[in-house]
Amino acid sequence: MKCERCNKPATVHLTEIQAGKQIVKHLCEQCATQNDALVPKTHAPINELLTNFVLAHSGLQKEGTAVCEHCGITWSEFRQSGLLGCEHDYTAFDKELSPLMQRAHDNGTHHVGKTPLRRSTSGGAQDASARKQVDLARLRRELAKAVETEDYERAAKLRDQIKEAEGA
Amino acid sequence: MKLNDLTTHAGEWLRGSGPLSDIVISSRVRLARNVGGFPFLARCTRSQRQALETKIRGAIFAANVAPRLLYVDLEQAPDLDRQLLVERHLISKQHKDAEGARGVAIGENESVSIMANEEDHLRIQVMRSGLQLEEAWQEITGIDDRLESSLDFSFHPRFGYLTACPTNVGTGIRVSVMLHLPALKLTGEIEKVYRAARDMKLAVRGLYGEGTEATGDFYQISNQTTLGRAEEEIISEFRRQVIPKIIDFEQHARRALISEKTVALDDTVCRALGILRSARLLKSEETLFLLSHVRMGVNLGRVKDVDINKINELFLLTRPAHLQKILGKRMDGDIRRAARADFIRARLNGN
Repeated sequence: MKCERCNKPATVHLTEIQAGKQIVKHLCEQCATQNDALVPKTHAPINELLTNFVLAHSGLQKEGTAVCEHCGITWSEFRQSGLLGCEHDYTAFDKELSPLMQRAHDNGTHHVGKTPLRRSTSGGAQDASARKQVDLARLRRELAKAVETEDYERAAKLRDQIKEAEGA
Repeated sequence: MKLNDLTTHAGEWLRGSGPLSDIVISSRVRLARNVGGFPFLARCTRSQRQALETKIRGAIFAANVAPRLLYVDLEQAPDLDRQLLVERHLISKQHKDAEGARGVAIGENESVSIMANEEDHLRIQVMRSGLQLEEAWQEITGIDDRLESSLDFSFHPRFGYLTACPTNVGTGIRVSVMLHLPALKLTGEIEKVYRAARDMKLAVRGLYGEGTEATGDFYQISNQTTLGRAEEEIISEFRRQVIPKIIDFEQHARRALISEKTVALDDTVCRALGILRSARLLKSEETLFLLSHVRMGVNLGRVKDVDINKINELFLLTRPAHLQKILGKRMDGDIRRAARADFIRARLNGN
């Protein structure tokens, strides 16, 4: 196939929809680049394109613009003060906070330890499951430690406890 | 109990009693908690802040956390009273300098203090003399449980107790042990402590916590990790590994001083005592270092005619706010330095 404008071989084949009508154009590379309307005007660097693509698909917004809808604090405001605005920020900034917290807590990512005995705002069932998760995390850590210290008797006991907790 | 009742004696944590008290001054555990449904303090309106303070104050009294509880409204309290509370480690410097509705509840022997509207809605603290971390933990977890019966604490299944600063999230616990390490300082080996702390991801701070220098050879060692480790685990690590190691360093340095540098050691101790007994002007920080050397001298049996309790008390009573409260007048500059020197001479020469 030859270029519509000159007689060089056509290597660019464009399909445009204009006012509901399909227009097909066949151009050589030279004519295609000369024709502004046919080539994208911005030449965004590939990493920027990728970043935007990843951000758009991960539900994350650009650094600093993420905002908590409960207290109105933005991520960059938090970065300036070091203090969060409300309890919901941990969910709103989950993706941004996670790496920071991991660094601050010597790779700790999940709570291990005390849990509230009573919480009236959320259902009792939810509490029980939260406590179970925390217990499980603790048991798994203890198991890892027991294996590390070659305390196999204790490891076996812990393994049974974990199975029981998971099944409950 | 009134605030002025506190000024004449040392608080629980400086009694100089308790296990290993020649090196371990005090054990402290604090928990950070926030009340669900309220923003963290940075985002609270004036009225939310006020409502929180009222709610927390009510909960503290309802929970009966300690006998004869004293509540100090810090928005109303005069400067000097707030400074006094900082010197006694009952509130943080940050809490003293903040604005708006806030307060502190103090238990009778000052081992319990609960700050309302600090960086977090609640900062619960239990302090004990000497190395008593397990005891402090048992007491504080009981208080936490009782408070929880009338307050809903923000809690997340994965992140644990939610705090205004993500560095406290999880258990919200800070375990601190205050150590008196004059021999390591004198022998130039204090770097050992910093190195050991760094290896174990612990922080080393001065007498008054975050951002303060290690005045008077006092060092506070505290945990930094609060997510992913249980409270008992942190406490047990302190009790069994961290603190024994540092105590061992200090004891070793003390033995080395006695056996290899006897005269230099005695000179340091007696010189300090001589200045304290004779000087006419004494600065606050200088006093801490002099008292530190005398304290070590008494603990090592190098001076016999000084009562260790008097020395322990002087660490606190010679601080600026205490001195002014005890003497009942505002003073600064050389007038305060002269008053401090007079006060110390009267105490030490009365032996």
